[in-house]
Amino acid sequence: MSKFRHSFLPTVGVQEKEMLTTLGIKDIDELFSDIPSKFLLKKRLKIPNGLSESEVCERVSRSLAQNWIPRKGMSFLGGGVWPHIIPEAIKSIVNRTEFLTAYTPYQAEISQGMLQALFEYQSLMAELIELPIVNASMYDWASALGEAALLTSRITTRDSFLIPHLISPGRRAVLHTYTQPAGVKVVDIGYNRRTGQLNVEHLKELLDTNTAGVYFENPGYMGVLQDDVDAIVDIGHDAGALVVVGIDPISLGVIRPPGDYDADIVIGEGQPLGSPMNMGGPLLGIFASKDERKILRQLPGRIIGLTSTQEGDERGFVMTIQAREQHIRREKATSNICSNQAHSAITAAVYLSLLGPQGITELGEKILQLRHYAEEQLHAVDGLKAPLFEAPHFKEFGVSIEKGQESTPPTIRDVLARIQECGILAGIPLDQSFPELGEAALVCVTETHTQEEIDQLSVAFQQALEGKP
Amino acid sequence: MKFRQAKWNEPLIFERSRVGAIGYSLPDPSKTIKKLLPNPLSTIPKNLRRKVQPSLPELSEPEVVQHFTRLSQMNYSIDLGLYPLGSCTMKYNPPMNEEIIKDPNFAQAHPHQDCTTLQGILKILFELQQWLSEITGMDQHSLQPAAGAQGELAGVLIIRAFHVDQGELEIRRQIIVPDSAHGTNPASAAMAGFDVVVVPSNKLGQIDIQALESAVSNQTAGLMLTNPNTLGLFEQEIETIASIVHKAGGLLYYDGANLNANLGRVRPGDMGFDIIHTNLHKTFATPHGGGGPGAGPVGVKQRLAEYLPVPVISFDGTQYYTDNARPKSIGRLHGFHGNAAVLLKSYAYIIRMGWEGLHAVSNHAVLNANYLMKKIESIKGFSIPFAPGVWRKHEVVVSAKPLERDTGVNARDVAKALLDRGLHAPTFYFPAIVEEALMIEPTETFSKAELDRFIKALTEIAEQAYSDPNLVRRAPQNTAITRLDEVKAAHPRTMTLSWRMLQQRDQEI
Repeated sequence: MSKFRHSFLPTVGVQEKEMLTTLGIKDIDELFSDIPSKFLLKKRLKIPNGLSESEVCERVSRSLAQNWIPRKGMSFLGGGVWPHIIPEAIKSIVNRTEFLTAYTPYQAEISQGMLQALFEYQSLMAELIELPIVNASMYDWASALGEAALLTSRITTRDSFLIPHLISPGRRAVLHTYTQPAGVKVVDIGYNRRTGQLNVEHLKELLDTNTAGVYFENPGYMGVLQDDVDAIVDIGHDAGALVVVGIDPISLGVIRPPGDYDADIVIGEGQPLGSPMNMGGPLLGIFASKDERKILRQLPGRIIGLTSTQEGDERGFVMTIQAREQHIRREKATSNICSNQAHSAITAAVYLSLLGPQGITELGEKILQLRHYAEEQLHAVDGLKAPLFEAPHFKEFGVSIEKGQESTPPTIRDVLARIQECGILAGIPLDQSFPELGEAALVCVTETHTQEEIDQLSVAFQQALEGKP
Repeated sequence: MKFRQAKWNEPLIFERSRVGAIGYSLPDPSKTIKKLLPNPLSTIPKNLRRKVQPSLPELSEPEVVQHFTRLSQMNYSIDLGLYPLGSCTMKYNPPMNEEIIKDPNFAQAHPHQDCTTLQGILKILFELQQWLSEITGMDQHSLQPAAGAQGELAGVLIIRAFHVDQGELEIRRQIIVPDSAHGTNPASAAMAGFDVVVVPSNKLGQIDIQALESAVSNQTAGLMLTNPNTLGLFEQEIETIASIVHKAGGLLYYDGANLNANLGRVRPGDMGFDIIHTNLHKTFATPHGGGGPGAGPVGVKQRLAEYLPVPVISFDGTQYYTDNARPKSIGRLHGFHGNAAVLLKSYAYIIRMGWEGLHAVSNHAVLNANYLMKKIESIKGFSIPFAPGVWRKHEVVVSAKPLERDTGVNARDVAKALLDRGLHAPTFYFPAIVEEALMIEPTETFSKAELDRFIKALTEIAEQAYSDPNLVRRAPQNTAITRLDEVKAAHPRTMTLSWRMLQQRDQEI
């Protein structure tokens, strides 16, 4: 009998002995006697000794203190994970352990709370996007894009997928990982150098009988809005392709929902809806579609449906259309996904319930105002081109360092580093992912920022460009 | 103990909506900012403005809190009691971890920050990679995958990348999986573009070696296996299995869903496995959140390290950094650094348990599983198929076939009757090689008293099945709702996947 005690392990002393007696053995080691002895560990592994709870918290907190996090409102980094206000009520609800420590709701009758909350997530997102079907979540926007590309290929039995050239490098990389084994080719659609919007003429040239899907984002990676959406969707459909649109859900109080312009599939990142940035994970992959049999049959991921009791007509919720999924279809499944981001989905459901139609609209308007102000302020900075593109933006915009007449201007990395010395994270450098944009960066402004903070940003840009420390 | 789950008849949040109610408070931009752009929508092209507000519900904050709190009370969770889903490893999730991730030095960290400003979290992730390698007997890990299935996909893509490099992918088209494998195994193999070849289990519930020998060929890319397998049995011929696959030029992939029994006892890397994924939301105690987020780090032996998904967290002697310069990598699986918060929780769990603690985890998990097997064995109506007398590891698979044959009460009915007694049901009808399967994984979290409550419940249910089978078939009655109509849920004419669909249907009628 072992003398080791741990507060997470209830079986001790007498109970352990009783259990061993039931099994007719003296020592737990005997339970491992069927394992070939050469594989049984004989040495202690290089794992630290256990610590008490307070020591663990102390050690982690000391390590995390090695991170440098700017003061509130002093980060203008976005690019797929954005700072937004998180209402406190969300945290108290989603941290209830009835939600937090449940498994996937396999046993519907005892898991109605989770099932209804996920059904409500699907429903709230469906209203925002204006499409009837939303799955119970994907891992993140990037993997949702990968799955969307595969889906368009399965449905159309075609093998090329068109994406905007100005896309998040991380998202592009994940798309590549997902599509390459399936033989789906990813092709870039060019952009208008002045507006930053999709080059529709180029799109037309690229479309052919191999095009499975056309993908664009609204707003795009550079924060640019695409206004000729109806035309783009028609062009895609005329070529027999499915149209996939990527969204930032927090923009949909003010931006037209893709369901309204006939998008077949809508994907996006739900992190803005109540989830902290957490160094980029967990996120929330949104996946929505039209109500068409051919699409529904091919959807990846879990879906919750409303039904009624077998006896009587009481309303209830179950996981449904499971014949697509891995535990039933195995190698013929539409995807291998099972665990998703359910908890982040519930977070988004609470967020959208709190904001309501008025809140999501007001929020969108405030963001537009703040970004507009930031754009104007940075525009006034000598030597800085802001915004980089002329088309309207939502919450992000590019800036670039103008080529100097006489002296050699600093690089964007120099400028960002100098600004960081003032305690500000001014933007994401774009020089490596999009060298053709010059010395450019992506700046994000949200409702977390104030005029004062934006002013500090513009002063910091000015000083950094002038070479002042 | 008489169990009765809360039942609130809580309407959908949309049905609680009242025009004009608000549940938010947002800071106002300054007067200057508002004056500069009094009509913000004017900056959006007309064609792209939202014309009609989204039909979201309108509620005050207390009403939203009440609604979701009521829903939460209609949900079973690990903090309420035994949750013995087989291969799901539902163990205690330390509350400590939920506090740790709230640290603003983590929660407010942005993934695009320069590595020099993220040294604290990068060091933690680096150590986690090392510990996972040490625990599993691998050489290197990547923390990219956001879930077990994505970890599997990573693993199979590594197999693919390896054969591409060997110039053999054209011929090596097959991934072998046992008939008892988790459904994700064949699904992941297919996503990576492979054909799936299934090998049967023998009478002892282990891979049939002869069948394996005839299944492998020069077309074999690899074998996906979990050990202990889904019957809870340790694959005793693992050395032979590894040698057969390796001799044929294939790689061995370890499905880490069943790792809990191995902690501190055996390591997949020592048994010949080349690749592994680990479900942190199972073995390493992070909450499953009702379906995720999880995390599925993937680890490999040195010869495969160059294929790991990027970024890998590396250390150059002075600085920790995200290492993307791996030209042969299978690429990224996540937009950023994987499910970082989940990774942080697992890190804290490992140092909370320590080496001795992890060892004790597997001891108690295996003791609990065998205790249940021994007790259930003697309940009339249940049998323990495969390998009588062989100790199980993390889980045990029970067959309700005798009960079904004698009384008509099947595994599903038994599961539902367990719910009525305030216990979660085991995984049922899996693995498919067991008729009327109930797959039970108690984990180390539960005391003998809780296991005895489960045994008593099974005994009662079996007795009831023999005396009044219809009573069992009507279960559950004590949960928030009785059995649901799954056919109606999936039928094209009645299928309702959102409030929007429900409204549209109502309009049509």
